[in-house]
Order: sequence, then C-alpha cells, then structure tokens
Amino acid sequence: MALITTEPLAPPAAQAPRRRRRLRTLTRRDKFVAAAMLGVPLLLDLAFIWFPALASVLLSFTKWTGVGPIKLQSCAELPSAPGIPQPGCLYGVQNYHQAFTNYPDFWPAVEHNAIWLAVFIVFATPLGMLFAVILDRGIRGSRVYQSLLFLPVMLSLALIGIIWELIYSPDFGLINTIIGRNHNDNLIDWLGNPHLNLWALLVEASWRQAPYVMVLYLAGLKAVDPTLREAAVVDGASGWQTFWRVVFPTMRPINIVVLVVTVIESLRAFDLVYITSNGNPLRGLELLSVAVTQNIVGETQRIGFGSTLGVVLLVISLVPISIFLYQAFRREEQR
Amino acid sequence: MPANPSVSRRTALKSLAAAGLATGLLSACGDDSSSSSSGGGSATGPITFGSNYSDAAPKAAFAALTQQAAGSTSVQVTVNTTDHNTFQNNINSYLQGTPDSLATWFAGYRLQFFAAQGLLSPIDDVWNKIGGTFNDAAKSLSKGLDGHYYLVPLYNYPWVVFYNKSVFKAKGYEVPTSWDQFVALAKRMQADGLVPLAFADKDGWPALGTFDIINLRVNGYDYHIKLMKHEVPWTDPGVAAVFNQWRELAPYQQKGANGRIWQDAAKALENKQAGLMFQGSNQVAANYAASNLPDLDFFVFPTINTSFGTDYMDAPTDGFILPKKGKNQDAAKKILEYIGTGAAETEFLKTDHWDVGLANGLIAPTYNDIQKKSVAEIAKCKNVSQFMDRDTVPDMANAMIKLIQQFIDSPTAETIASIQKSAEAQAKTIFTS
Repeated sequence: MALITTEPLAPPAAQAPRRRRRLRTLTRRDKFVAAAMLGVPLLLDLAFIWFPALASVLLSFTKWTGVGPIKLQSCAELPSAPGIPQPGCLYGVQNYHQAFTNYPDFWPAVEHNAIWLAVFIVFATPLGMLFAVILDRGIRGSRVYQSLLFLPVMLSLALIGIIWELIYSPDFGLINTIIGRNHNDNLIDWLGNPHLNLWALLVEASWRQAPYVMVLYLAGLKAVDPTLREAAVVDGASGWQTFWRVVFPTMRPINIVVLVVTVIESLRAFDLVYITSNGNPLRGLELLSVAVTQNIVGETQRIGFGSTLGVVLLVISLVPISIFLYQAFRREEQR
Repeated sequence: MPANPSVSRRTALKSLAAAGLATGLLSACGDDSSSSSSGGGSATGPITFGSNYSDAAPKAAFAALTQQAAGSTSVQVTVNTTDHNTFQNNINSYLQGTPDSLATWFAGYRLQFFAAQGLLSPIDDVWNKIGGTFNDAAKSLSKGLDGHYYLVPLYNYPWVVFYNKSVFKAKGYEVPTSWDQFVALAKRMQADGLVPLAFADKDGWPALGTFDIINLRVNGYDYHIKLMKHEVPWTDPGVAAVFNQWRELAPYQQKGANGRIWQDAAKALENKQAGLMFQGSNQVAANYAASNLPDLDFFVFPTINTSFGTDYMDAPTDGFILPKKGKNQDAAKKILEYIGTGAAETEFLKTDHWDVGLANGLIAPTYNDIQKKSVAEIAKCKNVSQFMDRDTVPDMANAMIKLIQQFIDSPTAETIASIQKSAEAQAKTIFTS
C-alpha cells in the first residue's frame, strides 16, 4: 500500500504511447488468449451470477412449488383445491404485497439485519481496531494474544453456533450454571427469549468479527510508514492525535476494505441463526437470509415467495455495493 | 498474516458453491413432465431404498428389516440413508430428481400432499395382498385424497403423559383422569419442589403436540381435522378455548422452553427433577437409559370435555412410499408386500423399544411394558390424528410453530387474540390464493 502512495506519477504517463503501439501489434494468438481470458470469466460470471440473479427476479413474480413447469398463465385463472398447491403460475406483484403486509417475519427480519449491521459498525469493528492498535505496540506476548484472538476466525460459523449453544443452554449451559440461574424458577433463557436471543447471537458474531477486523488492521498498521509517526511525535502530537490525524487517514484503503467486509458480513449473517434455531428461526432471530432459505429449501417450497425475499435482499445489498464501486472507480479515474 | 487471504478465499469458494447450488435448484425445473415411464422394469432387479432412519438404533432395526425382506423376496436391496432433517427438507427435489425405488415417509396429509402432486405411484395392487394385515384406521391413513393407496405403514407411537413410577410411589401421587385432578397434581408437584411438566420447544414442533391434544380433548377429532384443513378459521372461538385451557397449565410447564431442546426436558424427567412430561414415546422412551426404562410409565392426557373423554390422541404413523420416478417398481412392490406383514414388523421391532407395529393384534415378543400399554391405549382410541406437522400443510405448521412459541413466551389473552389473527391471515395465503 505504501508503495502506491509514494510512487511517482510521471513514468506511467510516459509509457502510455509505447503501450498503445504494442496493442496494435497483437498477434492472432495474443488475441485468442485475450479473448479466452476475458471470455471464460465473463461466461462464468453470466452463468453463476447474472443468470441466477435474473432468474430470481423473474421467479419473484410467480407462484411455484418447484413441481412441474411454470405455466404462463395467471394464477387466478387456474383451478385451486384448498391445501393442494397449484401448478406454477404467474402471480404478479402478489408476493411483494404479501411480504410487506402479511408475512410476519419480514419487518422483524429487516430490523434485525439493521441491528446486526449497527452492532458490527459500532461495537465489533472498533473493538477489532482497538485489539490491532494494542498488539501493534509490541507488548510482551503479542504473538500469543494474536493467536488466541485469531482462533475464532478459523472456526466455521456453524461450529461457533454449536459451541455457544452449549454456553447458553438454559439448564446445563456454562453461563447459567456459573451464575446459578439454572433452576426452573430463575433460569435465564438466553436463546429462547426474543428480547435476549439476538443480543446473545451478536456476542457470538462479534467474538468472530472483531478478531477478523483486527487481522486486517494489523496488516494495515504494519504498512504505515514509521517515519510518519516519528514526524508526528517530533511535532508534539499526543498518541491519540497521532493515531486519528496521521495513522488512521493513511490507512484509507484498509478502512474501506473493513467497512465493506463489515457490511457484507452483516447482510450475510445466516449460519449462526440457522444453527441455533434448526432452520425454522426462533422468534427474535428472524433475518432476511434465513427467511429466503426457509421458504425455498424445505418440505414445501414457496420458490416464488422466497425469490421475492431474495430480490429485496439484493436491492438492499446493492446500496453499499454501489457506493463502494463508485468510490473505487472514482479513485482510479483520479489516478 | 498468511491466514487472512486464505480466509477470504474460503469465503469466496463458499459463496461460489452456494451460487452453484442455487442454479442447480433452478435448473432442476424444466425437464420433468414426461418421464414417468420408468415404472415396471425387472421383477427381481436390484432396488435402492431411501431411508431417513439416520439415528443408530432405528438404522440398525431398518437394516435388519431390509435384510429379511431381501432374503424372503430374492430382491437385492441397497439402503441409502440420509439424515432425517435433510431428507425431509429435500423431499421435493428428491422425488422429482432420481429417487430411490422406495423411500421412508409419513402417513396422513403429509402423504396426500405429495401424492396429489403426482410424485408418488399408487400401490393398490400391493394393498390387495396386505389389506388383511391392517385395520380401517391404518388403511385410511395410507390413502391419498383420490382414494388410492400410496403408503405401507410400519409403526406408530402415542403422545402421552410420561412419569417415573418411583416418584409417584414415593410422593403418593395418583394418576389423574380429569383436568382438575391434572392441574391439582401439577400444583402439588410444584409445592414438592418438582418441575411439574418438563417442557421444551426450541425445536419448534414439540409444543404443537400440546396444542393438538388440548384441541382433541376440548373440541374433538372432527373439529381438529377441519381446523388443520382450514375448513374452520383460526379465529374461531374454539381455538381461543384451546389456548385458554392451556393458560391454566402454563404456570406448571418448565420455564424457558423456547431455548431448550426436548432431549434436555426428557433428561429433567429422567433425573427426577420433573414429575411429568407430555411427548411421544418415540422421543421420551427412546431417550431413556435402558436401566431407567423399567421405571418409566405413562397415562393418556386426561379428559377435559366429557363428551369426547379420552377418545383421541396423536399417534404418528411412519411407513414407506413408492416414488413415481423410482426404478424397478415391480421388485419394489414385492418388498412392500413383505413389509406389510406382522412378521416384518416383528423383525423391525426387535431392537426398537418405543414404537409399536401397526399390524392387527400384533404383540411382538420383544415388547416392553411401555410398548404393550401403547398398543392397548392406541386401540382404545376412536380416532388418532397424526400430529400437526403431518395433518396440515407444512407451511401452516411452520407458521403455528412460531405463534405457539409466542404464546409460550407470554400466555396472555392479548397474545391469544394476536396469534389467532396472524394464524388466520397466514392460513388464507397458504390455503387459498
């Protein structure tokens, strides 16, 4: 990172004409290689990203249980027996209407996704940054702390969910046993109580997210030119000022990566809830991603409705992604 | 920091796999309308058997059964076992893809739902031969909505109130037969420092059983089934009556049920911290250590409305289906004919000490007291329901799971009103369109 900022700007401009001349003299083989190297990723991109995304959008306007083909006919025109699903049919915006008005999980899910994001930004990420700054000062045993803190990142989220289930279990769990709240008249229901369980899960998620951010920042801090810090000290800046006015701004690329990681991780939040509630989310743990899975995967598939929720999640995800891409491209243009 | 890039690569791979899976699901749709001709085939040809008996004990029992079946029919059988949750969640794509020749499944609406969508082959010819083995209740459970047979049942098990004989003897408790006695007993147990009713609902489905039994006791079987089929609205006063009855019991049920798995509740009963537990014998008895099993006993849920007495209960039935796209259907039918006999059930029950066979009058020599009593109590019922997640559309059962968890959280009159409203709104979108 430091290399890029100190690189002089003149040479690339001088090289530009030469590079253009080389372009004109591409052999047929070069062209083939270039086409293949562009074409294969493009095809993969189309097949695995654009096609499913577009298919989801289209499916969100249908009602379909996954059995048989989808008829290009309105559902209202087809016969229906109560309790037995109709064949696939066109459903208009009914799915969206149901999601926004009638589906009890929808608004809690949006709210919980937002809380998840807020906790990550306000708590988990700053905590990771704090770990990184402390470890970067080279305290004794820094490597031991680093390994210990990094351990949760190496575990899969499913495993983390199972580990914490043992900690939170009402009768035999670690916490309730230690604080003596495991009797029928006084027990704390960490995972079942809808006012507690989201926060209990956010502790699990932060347990993993903070060290993840820590690692990213440690790399960033190592890359900061030490002379900047020395200069700041010579100028009489305090430790606080040095960090916020000098070190933090020079880590801008890392900051953006961390921000994007934080947003993505909180929109992707799924595994912990899925493991904790065995698929059917417990009250208080509704998330959009879980709602999508619950409708699409299962004994009866409501693929149209699940796709609708997927499209909503896609639209929400597009906001931070667009901001990030806009920033990234603008920076490149400036260069 | 070498670990960091590897983490992001792993995440990238994971999401790629997820994307691949999604397209796999999507592309599984177009090509299935005309390939139902795979029936027939060799009458002795090898068949595969899709099984969801993934726990060790039932898996062993099932292996013994299929071995017997293969031996007596000279059809070669290969068992493919899948974890039971996974099996149930994938049933839709499983039946449409390349299913096994035979598969394990459940009786009742959960059978009719898939039969009505043309995913199963009717097996009336099998039933012509095995019809004598079963009573009318078992027969009607094995039929689709079109009146054809689609299932060969194997066993069922009762949902009843379990207790430890030693605890009842030591404290001088009596088995209650009326609601008032039941509540009084619970109150006495609480005073004695016991948890009156061990209770867990983190898994979602166990508390559906409590709703079922109170509904069967208060409103009767016909009303219950009508409600499950949404022929009675969920806003009906009858539903409010069920929840209001449940409210009287709520103070005696183990606290924090929404965060507890049922195995932990069963453990509370086994450790004698709890006095009673209402759940299926397939769970409670199966979870008991062999040394504690002789101490376990049960009574049927007591009478609430004298016009229905104790005439009904949930006794879920498990059995086998013939997927339409399975191979070698003639050979598979031979296996089904063998399974539909008392001898086959006896073979299965050799290692199973919590379920009971469905064949008429079958008392397997390996039955313990719990199983003998189960047979007797199920036989006394005028009708048995299957369980909410088998008697109604799975989506509706899922909706009720969450609403009942809400009731467990705060069993108040306001909650009941809002549960009924939400249940009805969801039922409307699930059942009609």
